[in-house]
Amino acid sequence: MTGRVVRPYGDTTGDGMVQVSFTLPVAHDKRAEGAALQLAGKMGLDPAMLVHARQMGDGYTFFVVYGRVHHLVDLGAVRVAERDYPLLSAKEVNTAVKRRLRRKLSVVGACIGTDAHTVGIDAILNVKGIAGEKGLEYYRELRVLNLGAQVTVPELVEAARVERADAVLVSQVVTQRDAHLHNVREMSAAFREAFPAGRRPLLVAGGPRFDEMMAGELGVDRIFGRGTTPREVASYLVHALAAEKKAAEKKVVAA
Amino acid sequence: MGKLGLDPVTVARARALAAEVGRPVVELARSHTTVSVERAVLRLAGVTGADPDGIPWVNRLVDAVAADVGLGHGVALPVFDALLREGLDDVTLLAQKAAAGSVRFAVPARAAASRRAALRQVRAGLRLVDRRRAERERLVRRLGDAPRRPWIYLIVATGDIFEDIPQAQAAARAGADVIAVIRSTGQSLLDYVPEGATREGFAGTYATRENFRLMRAALDETSRELGRYVRLTNYASGLCMPEMAVLAGLERLDMMLNDSMYGILFRDINPVRTFVDQRFSRQVHARAGIVINTGEDNYLTTADAVEAAHTVTVSQLLNEYFAHEAGLADWQLGLGHAFEIDPDLPESFRLELAHALLARELFPDAPLKWMPPTRHMTGDVFRGNLLDGFFNLVGALTGQGILLVGMMTEAVVTPWLSDRDIALQNVRYVLGAAGGLHEDFVPAPGGFIQRRAHEVLREAVALLGRIAEGSLLDAIADGTFGIMKRPADRGKGLDGVAAHEADYYNPATELLEAA
Repeated sequence: MTGRVVRPYGDTTGDGMVQVSFTLPVAHDKRAEGAALQLAGKMGLDPAMLVHARQMGDGYTFFVVYGRVHHLVDLGAVRVAERDYPLLSAKEVNTAVKRRLRRKLSVVGACIGTDAHTVGIDAILNVKGIAGEKGLEYYRELRVLNLGAQVTVPELVEAARVERADAVLVSQVVTQRDAHLHNVREMSAAFREAFPAGRRPLLVAGGPRFDEMMAGELGVDRIFGRGTTPREVASYLVHALAAEKKAAEKKVVAA
Repeated sequence: MGKLGLDPVTVARARALAAEVGRPVVELARSHTTVSVERAVLRLAGVTGADPDGIPWVNRLVDAVAADVGLGHGVALPVFDALLREGLDDVTLLAQKAAAGSVRFAVPARAAASRRAALRQVRAGLRLVDRRRAERERLVRRLGDAPRRPWIYLIVATGDIFEDIPQAQAAARAGADVIAVIRSTGQSLLDYVPEGATREGFAGTYATRENFRLMRAALDETSRELGRYVRLTNYASGLCMPEMAVLAGLERLDMMLNDSMYGILFRDINPVRTFVDQRFSRQVHARAGIVINTGEDNYLTTADAVEAAHTVTVSQLLNEYFAHEAGLADWQLGLGHAFEIDPDLPESFRLELAHALLARELFPDAPLKWMPPTRHMTGDVFRGNLLDGFFNLVGALTGQGILLVGMMTEAVVTPWLSDRDIALQNVRYVLGAAGGLHEDFVPAPGGFIQRRAHEVLREAVALLGRIAEGSLLDAIADGTFGIMKRPADRGKGLDGVAAHEADYYNPATELLEAA
């Protein structure tokens, strides 16, 4: 692929044809059409063909524009941020859990500290989910306990023990005086104290203000930031727990 | 007989089983109360506003009463007893004093005076609800109603009520008959109703009394301009269902999402809490002339739309039973169902037609709420627009009452102005080109559509029969609906439930049931 250069394809190789649609906050008249063509030109469409314009309400017009762009795409220069685990569908997650763990994967979630914002943990755990994606409760092979808001660290540790949690998810929204960082550090320390090294559940923190690179510093296995979906979390859990199990099996063999 | 040739004996059996399954739940609801039911009573009695931390006075007052005497007597008698003792005439003032700790509550030994005072005050609140209902009827008469069925239902959800208003007005001008303001994510799990006009929310706008009032006033203005009454919808669901119903009644909302099991299954709210709250909220809706929308569409977003088709029918039958029991008339039952079958499945459109027609024929006098595809909207907006067209066609062919307009950008972005315009063009084209096609459309006797409808009804009766062997609460605990297991002793809001004491008194229930 290196060095290969491509252009958009309409009906002939190299024709560079694209189609765009957009709305301008102006009533539909000749000027509006001129404005749409000007925008298309600035976007790099040359020549640009205005094929459809339709006024909506009083002061808005919707446009469809076809045109040719001269930009080149260098496939060799494409850089993709790689996720270090594959994104699975709900079905694949369930199959993977069944095959690799041979039992339900137990997840305990909570908002810890004084934080009462359960929006994040509910979006990830409730069946309702977020943005059309169902939460972890929807996954047949996951057993989910959502403790809700204002859970203390000892309560969380106890719940994780009773539920034999494979993973513990904590959500933190409030960041006043770095409360989210202190809370997560306190939580990870408590789990390290309460569980022997190989038995500790996977610790996952999430919230809109976390830096995803801070996992090590906070003592957790993973941090999820803004815009994370339930599917990403489920895929990560399966990936991380399967890897852990493999490592444990190896250890047994070696012993 | 309708187009499907349904066996009237089977249909009657389905209804009888739904009643059998529902009855013990109604008994449960009649013998328990919740913090939200009691707060709703106080709202009807005129308590308004919130403390400086934003906690409503109704919450402070119910908590104060519960701390002194528990919840099982109802709050009405302890509150009005204290009011008379303190020589106050404003219940909000009493709430403020109680929050400051300067009032003690007791269950009065001689309750006649407190009872009279409570009844008088709550009756005044219900009169306001009655006036709102009369006002709606007058406006519909004077301005005119939606020009056709189905009513076209559009959603706004910016998070900011002052952004929602111009969007809702624009949507109405573009042809919407019903505007729904989506709530902020997670509001259903708040155990209080926020106060005042709100300008930020998560993927929706908080439902508050002031937001209700502002939006209704704006739509009244647009209704006058358009010469047709534009309806407004919000949510009576979650932990504050009874209070939402009261606020909707007081501010003349026209439709409320109000499902008997949604909160249990999808929000993990305690089943008992939900059923108790449900019954009260539906009694209020009945009184307020509000059309409820039930949430069966949600089952199909989690379970397979073909395999789980009969669970939709079962839920519709249960919703109908609970609604009738609470006093709602058929015209108020916007029973839900949805176009969610995988479009790659052979004959998916014929299956959709069969399911939609089954709902139509089982509930001939209910304005069914027909919900667009969401699950199989992939981000391919062109295919999505085609799918929405077929959804609209099923709606026209089966005489649906309320049509939620599908967006081709479902699962991509919150609808843009242009998305809504394209979606409405789609609806207008289908209704304009084929709106009367249901007159000609008769499925072949014994053909695919009839057979499928009979099969779904049969499965629904069988499932109801299985539930009737145990109880509805057991069935919910076992994960019969959707795949969620929800035991009756778990879930959110359980600590806000109390069994009635022998002297439990609720003036609102008394007045609502006397009507």
